[in-house]
Amino acid sequence: MRSILKATVASLATVVAMAGPASAELTGNLKINLDTSNPAPRATMETLIAKFQANNPALNITTNVIDREAYKTQIRNFLSADAPDVLTWYAANRMKPYVEAGLLEDVSDMWADGTDIANELASTKGALTIDGKQWGVPYTYYQWGIYYRKDIYQELGLSEPTNFDDMLSNCEAMIASGRKCYTIGNKWLWTGAGWFDYLNLRTNGFDFHMQMAAGEIEWTDPRVRETFDNWGKLIRMGAFIDDNQNKDWQQSLPFMIDGSAGAILMGNFAVSPLREGGLTDNQLDFHQFPAITAGIAMAEDAPTDTFHIAANAKNKDNARAFLAYIVSPDAQTEMNNSANLGQLPVNSKASVDDDKFLNQGFEMLSSNSPGGVAQFFDRDFPAEMAQAAMEGFQEFMVYPDNLDDILDRIEGVRKEAY
Amino acid sequence: MATTSQWNKTLAKKGWYKRNEIAVTPWLFLVPGLIMFAIYVVFPIFQSFRISLFKWDGLGPLATHGEYIGMANYEKLLTRDRSFNISLWNNLKWLIFYLASIPAGLFIALFLNQTVRGIRLYKSLFFFPFVISQIVVGLVFTWFYDPQFGLFNGIIGFVGFEPINVLGDPTLSTYGVIAAGLWPQTAYCMILYLTGLNSVDPEQIEAARLDGAKGIRMLWHVILPQLRPATFIAFVVTVIGSLRSFDLISIMTNGGPFGSSRVLSFYMFEKSLSEYGFKMGYGAAIAVILFLIMMVFIGYFLWRMYQDEKAEN
Repeated sequence: MRSILKATVASLATVVAMAGPASAELTGNLKINLDTSNPAPRATMETLIAKFQANNPALNITTNVIDREAYKTQIRNFLSADAPDVLTWYAANRMKPYVEAGLLEDVSDMWADGTDIANELASTKGALTIDGKQWGVPYTYYQWGIYYRKDIYQELGLSEPTNFDDMLSNCEAMIASGRKCYTIGNKWLWTGAGWFDYLNLRTNGFDFHMQMAAGEIEWTDPRVRETFDNWGKLIRMGAFIDDNQNKDWQQSLPFMIDGSAGAILMGNFAVSPLREGGLTDNQLDFHQFPAITAGIAMAEDAPTDTFHIAANAKNKDNARAFLAYIVSPDAQTEMNNSANLGQLPVNSKASVDDDKFLNQGFEMLSSNSPGGVAQFFDRDFPAEMAQAAMEGFQEFMVYPDNLDDILDRIEGVRKEAY
Repeated sequence: MATTSQWNKTLAKKGWYKRNEIAVTPWLFLVPGLIMFAIYVVFPIFQSFRISLFKWDGLGPLATHGEYIGMANYEKLLTRDRSFNISLWNNLKWLIFYLASIPAGLFIALFLNQTVRGIRLYKSLFFFPFVISQIVVGLVFTWFYDPQFGLFNGIIGFVGFEPINVLGDPTLSTYGVIAAGLWPQTAYCMILYLTGLNSVDPEQIEAARLDGAKGIRMLWHVILPQLRPATFIAFVVTVIGSLRSFDLISIMTNGGPFGSSRVLSFYMFEKSLSEYGFKMGYGAAIAVILFLIMMVFIGYFLWRMYQDEKAEN
């Protein structure tokens, strides 16, 4: 019974995937829960769902948009109590608790060798894989890196740093001119985690970073300490804006806009508020986080946002069809263009919108990230570990001298969390 | 006499309910409330006790998904968890400093308890902070404390002090949040005292005045004793309010910086229900400890009320 169902579902999914969004045989219901509550993503999703509806007029689609922050706590309730068919979430370790609790549907059939999804989405397969099975499909991803004020750099005669020494000497010049090098708002902790990710990826490399995420390396290890020492150099020279521990990331952007800080380490989603704040593309530019330890392959953070099917969903075949539609080249091109999400499409056949930052990000990720692509600190590390470590990062950025105590504390959590 | 026995006979005929009406009726009225209380208060308390003995992430049924670990959660809480100690101390700070709203409320109530033109307007303005949502209070105070453009640093800068980042300093953040909490709580105590002052006996004041009582002595020996019921209620709501402080912390500091302004209720939420929290058992253990602390106060209040009622009868 189950295998028959699975087979039909699989064949249906492949049919839909092959035929693309044009096939219109779906009937019944489809309930979608979205966390895309910000205005632009919300409009994007609604447009795409409206198109899916137009392709399948007999299908009865219900969409719930839930506030992005509230969604993170509500997901555990609706997955078990009142399961939608399709839902948005995040890749890697962020989906692990739900996979292990059996609340997400195994969609390995959609990723089977030879299917369009397997061919066109190969680069993100790893992020959706747990225990050798795939648990969803990606719909967008974005690069992280340093966004900087090109005009200020030019004024001071600085160029994009390619190694840590350049980064430090650039920063000295910035401080000498009465500015801060980097703005950051670390109240919600994840911005500091971005700094740790990059410093650790550059100091110790991708494989080491992933071993840490898997809990195989002690936080008091001298190699980890080296990462913090590099970070400490920046902190002690006054590279970061003051009082960053109680600003959120939006509050850190004005420092960049009024020129009192020269750069920010952030995901590509910061571009749109910076442009709205009045920075033109002549003033704002992007560069990859510079190398630190020579010879270590560059690796990047590129968080992937995902769609899943709930294990308790009632209309799984409709849900599979919707997932196949979302990752199709056309839908991907439209969804991620700069009028909509302004991020990178996951489908290799989709085209990247002709935007300065998307182009640079796409090129960096596809040709200059040989070390590997990480998700992000709080998606790669288990929840308990991420929380404790990020709290430590926040403290370290204000009191770098407390390092020993901080590392002991994080190590204590590591011993219990895995 | 004859009529009473006849009455008793008719009663006997009327069946069990009519005979026991006086004893049964109050219970009948209580039943809906008792059922609600049992389902929504008593049952969850025991459920929390039970969950606190498990290691459970809350994503599947407790029976199959949870792992029984006995008192291990409590052992970790009480011996190895520094965040728990910080939260407990902060709860104590809240308990002590939050009580400042009682004298402050009394002072404002005495000040406003006069008949001048437009006094109703002044009273409502003073009461205003209690009416607006705690979230709004939190936001307003966050801006007030802002190290760059906040009013607070403007004021202390005017007097010649260096700017301080109140909410960003681990030693000050809790006090900053408590101060924000005092604003609405003072208004609450004020309104309790204002109603209390309405019922102060004018004859006693007159008599005291004839005996030459004035100012502080009048307040302490004549007015305050008559305000005892108001003081008691103000004390109860302030203590309970300080133990359940959550929304201000969540909005103003998110427990930070580096967890220095957490209290037990916030820590419980963080461990079990927040974005990174999947430790239901651990959270339940924190909840149980918070419950035991509250029980001390609630028990004391109930005992006081019982004593008072006994004295009255």
